[in-house]
Amino acid sequence: MLMREGQFRNPSGCAITGIIDRSGKRMSGSLMIDSIEVMHDRSNGLGGGFAGYGIYPHYKDFYAFHLFFDRESARSETEAFLGRHFEIAYSSQIQTRKMAAITDEPLIYRYFVTPLSRKLADSHLDEREYVARCANRVNVQINGAYVFSCGKNMGIFKGVGFPEDIGRYYRLDEYEGYAWTCHGRYPTNTPGWWGGAHPFGLLDFSIVHNGEISSYDANRRYIEMFGYKCTLQTDTEVITYIIDYLVRKRGLTLKETAHVIAASFWSTIQDKDETAREQETLLRRMFPSLLITGPFSIILGYTGGLMTLGDRLKLRSLVCAEKGDIAYMASEESAIRKIQPNPDKVYSPAGGEPVIYELYDKESVQ
Amino acid sequence: MNIYIQPEYEVVRDRDRCIACRVCERQCANLVHSFDAETGKMQADSSLCVNCHRCVCVCPTHALKIVKSDDTYKINGNWSNQTINEVYRQANSGGVLLSSMGNPKDYPVFWDKMLINASQVTNPPIDPLREPMETQLWLGKRTAKIERDEKGRLKNTLAPQLKLKVPIMFSAMSYGSISYNAHESLARAAEELGTYYNTGEGGLHKDFYKYGKNTIVQVASGRFGVYKDYLDTAAAIEIKMGQGAKPGIGGHLPGAKISADVSETRMIPQGVDAISPAPHHDIYSIEDLRQLVYSLKEATDYKKPVIVKIAAVHNCAAIASGIARSGADIIAIDGYRGGTGAAPTRIRDNVGIPIELALAQVDQRLREEGIRDEVSIVVGGSVRSSADVVKAIALGADACYIGTAALLALGCHLCRTCQTGKCNWGIATQRPDLVKRLNPDLGYKRLVNLVTAWNHEIQEMMGGMGINSVEALRGNRLMLRGIGLTDTELSVLGIKYAGESM
Repeated sequence: MLMREGQFRNPSGCAITGIIDRSGKRMSGSLMIDSIEVMHDRSNGLGGGFAGYGIYPHYKDFYAFHLFFDRESARSETEAFLGRHFEIAYSSQIQTRKMAAITDEPLIYRYFVTPLSRKLADSHLDEREYVARCANRVNVQINGAYVFSCGKNMGIFKGVGFPEDIGRYYRLDEYEGYAWTCHGRYPTNTPGWWGGAHPFGLLDFSIVHNGEISSYDANRRYIEMFGYKCTLQTDTEVITYIIDYLVRKRGLTLKETAHVIAASFWSTIQDKDETAREQETLLRRMFPSLLITGPFSIILGYTGGLMTLGDRLKLRSLVCAEKGDIAYMASEESAIRKIQPNPDKVYSPAGGEPVIYELYDKESVQ
Repeated sequence: MNIYIQPEYEVVRDRDRCIACRVCERQCANLVHSFDAETGKMQADSSLCVNCHRCVCVCPTHALKIVKSDDTYKINGNWSNQTINEVYRQANSGGVLLSSMGNPKDYPVFWDKMLINASQVTNPPIDPLREPMETQLWLGKRTAKIERDEKGRLKNTLAPQLKLKVPIMFSAMSYGSISYNAHESLARAAEELGTYYNTGEGGLHKDFYKYGKNTIVQVASGRFGVYKDYLDTAAAIEIKMGQGAKPGIGGHLPGAKISADVSETRMIPQGVDAISPAPHHDIYSIEDLRQLVYSLKEATDYKKPVIVKIAAVHNCAAIASGIARSGADIIAIDGYRGGTGAAPTRIRDNVGIPIELALAQVDQRLREEGIRDEVSIVVGGSVRSSADVVKAIALGADACYIGTAALLALGCHLCRTCQTGKCNWGIATQRPDLVKRLNPDLGYKRLVNLVTAWNHEIQEMMGGMGINSVEALRGNRLMLRGIGLTDTELSVLGIKYAGESM
C-alpha cells in the first residue's frame, strides 16, 4: 500500500508564480491559472494549488478555515471541535466544478470562525497562537480531517492534479484578491493525497516552494524544539515553520528572516558595510541551524504582501517583474509574460536576496 | 620468582642491508639496539622494544622491521597470550597494569558503520572548488533575546562564543604529559588554522601566553597552574570533569616527570608526584558544578565561554542535560577510545562507551528538552579522519576535538607506552635529549597540513551532499545511514539503515 504524505520524506521539484497589486486593487484568480499553465512541464499532475489574499472582504475579521474531510464522520467530529472553540459565522461546502481531470476529491468545506472569547481568555494564549494550535489539533487528532488554510481574508485552494486544472476545479475565476500565489508540483514520490499539495499555510502565511533542500533534517530537528511537528515531512512545511518561528514568535523582520535562512556567505558578509556586517553576522550566530542549503525558491504570502527568496547559490530560477502597481514573480519569465507581455522591468534577484512587495496601504487589509 | 615473558614484537634486522651505522642505537631510549664490537654487527634485545618504529624510520638502509612474534602459548579462545601475560606480570609485581593512549580492543567502531549521503538529480552536488563551502562556525550558547536599539537594529545579546575556522580543535594534552615542543607545535598550528588547542590540566607555560587567543585552558580536579593570568589569557576555560580514557578516576603524573619547567607551570614542587583526584572535591553534585562555572565566569568578567568536559558513560545524556542548565556554554564529550598519557589498563579497556552513541543520545536528549541552544557540543575520543568529523557533525556535534590524530601527525606511532616517559619521538617525554627530536617548526606545519587536508575532504563530502555550510550539516541525521547495525544500535544513533529511503 502506498504511504500517505507524512509517512515518508517527500521532496519535489516544482513551478511557482505570484502576483500582487500594490494599490490593493483586486484581480481575478484566472490570472494565476493562465500564468501557471505555461509552466505545465514543471509539474507532473501530482499536485497544484493557489493562495489568494483579500478574497474574503465580507468576512475579513474571521479566520477562514478550509478543510478536507475523508468522510462525513470526520466532518461532524471536526464541526463539534470547532463549535467548542470558535464562534462559527458561516460555513459551507466550497463550490467546485466537476471535471474529468480531477478525481478522488475529498469533501471540501469552508468555515469562517472567531475564537470564543471565554475559551481564548482561559487559554492565556495570543489569539493567533490559539487559532494555530486549534488547527494543529484538528490535523493531528481527528482522523480524516485536515485544515489546509486558516488565515484571515485569505484562502488556500489545492489538490491532486495539474495546477491549472485545480484552479478551474475550485472556480478561482470567481474569486478576486490583491495578491495570489500558485504552485505546480513535481513530487518524486506519488502519494496522491490532497493535503500534501501546496501552498502550505499557517495562519495568514502561505508558502510555495520549488527545490529540494539539503539542510532538511538539521532544520527539522531544530524547529521541532519549539513545539512544531513536521508531520508532512516536506521542505515547504519546515520552511513555513521556520518563517513562522522567526517572524511571529521571535519578532524578526522578513528581511532579517531572509538573512537567516538564505544567509550570505561569511566571505560576502565580510565585504559589507559595518551595520550590515554586524547585523548579518549576529543573525547567523543566533540562528545557525535555520540556515537552509540546497536549491530553493519560495514565495511567501502574508497579509498585505509577498516575499520571494532564492537560495544563496541561486540553484533555482526565479524572475521578478513590475508593471505599474503590479509586481510579478515566477520560476520562469514566460509565466510572467503570459499575463503581462509588456512589463516595465524584468529582473532576476540575486541568490539570497529577498524581494518584498507590499501594499502601499497595508492598514487597508488588516 | 619472576616468570619470563616472551616479547610480543621482535626486531628483525636485514643483515645484508645493515651498515652498522649505529643510528638505531643512538635513537632508542629503550636501549634495544647495541653494537657488538667483536663481530662488528648490531644486536637487538626485543624484550626492551615498545614498537615505536623510531629505529625503523631512521634506519638509512631500511634494514629494520618489527614483527609480531609467532611465539605462542597453547591457543586458547578464552585465555589469549596477552591475558595470560598480564596475569604473569601482575603476579610478578603485585601492581596495577598501566597503559597509554586509547582503548585498543576490538570493540565495534560505529563511525565505520555509518555511510554518508550524496546528491544527484533532484538536488545538485556542489563543487567546493567553484563555490564557497563554509566550514567556519561559532561555538557557545545561542539563546539570545531579540532586543533592538533606538534605530531598530538588533542588539548583540549573545553570550561570548568561540569562532572556529574549521570544525576541529586540538584536545586537552597537558604540559608534563607531552613535551614543550609538542605544546608549541599545537599552539602555533591552532593559531595558523584559526582554531584552538587545549592546555590540559598542566597549566600554561609562560612562553605560550602569547598564543592565548587560540588557547583553551583547563581547570581540572588538581587545579594545577590555575590562577588569574592563566584564566585571563585564554579564549575559553574548560572544566575537566572526566576523560574518555579513564572515566571515574583522576590522574597521576610521576615526580620524575616534574622537571623545573613543569614544576613552575603546574605550580607544584619539583620532583613531587602530581595527583589529580578522581572528583573535583568541590563538586559532588550538579549544583556544585554550577557554582564553579559561575565562579570562573565571575573571575573573567563573563567574557569567556566555559566548557565542561565529561567522559562518555552510560548516563551521559542526563549528565549533559544537567550541564546544559548549569550555565556552561559548551559540553565536550570524550569517548572511551580517547587517548591518555597513562591510565590503568583495566579502566582504559573496560570503562565508558563509544563517543558515537554518547553523542547521538546527548544531542537528541538536549533537543527533546528544548535546550540544545544552551550549549554547543564538541566530541572527541576518537575522531580519526575527516569522515569521522562529517559523521559526528551529522549526528549532532558542533565540532570535534582531535588528540591522537594530532600526535600521529607529530610522529607518534601509537606504541602506547607514554607512561614510561621515554618517547623516542619527543612527544610524551620531558627528557631534553628526546624532546629536541621534535622540531616545532616542522611539527606545527604537519599539524596545519593534517587539518587543512581534512578540511578539504570535509568540504568535498559536504559539497557532495549539496550542503554548503557546516551549520546545515549539524544534526542532519538523514545524511547518514547505518550498515551492519542492529535495530537497537540504529535507534540509539537515531539513523536509518542503508537502503531505507528518505
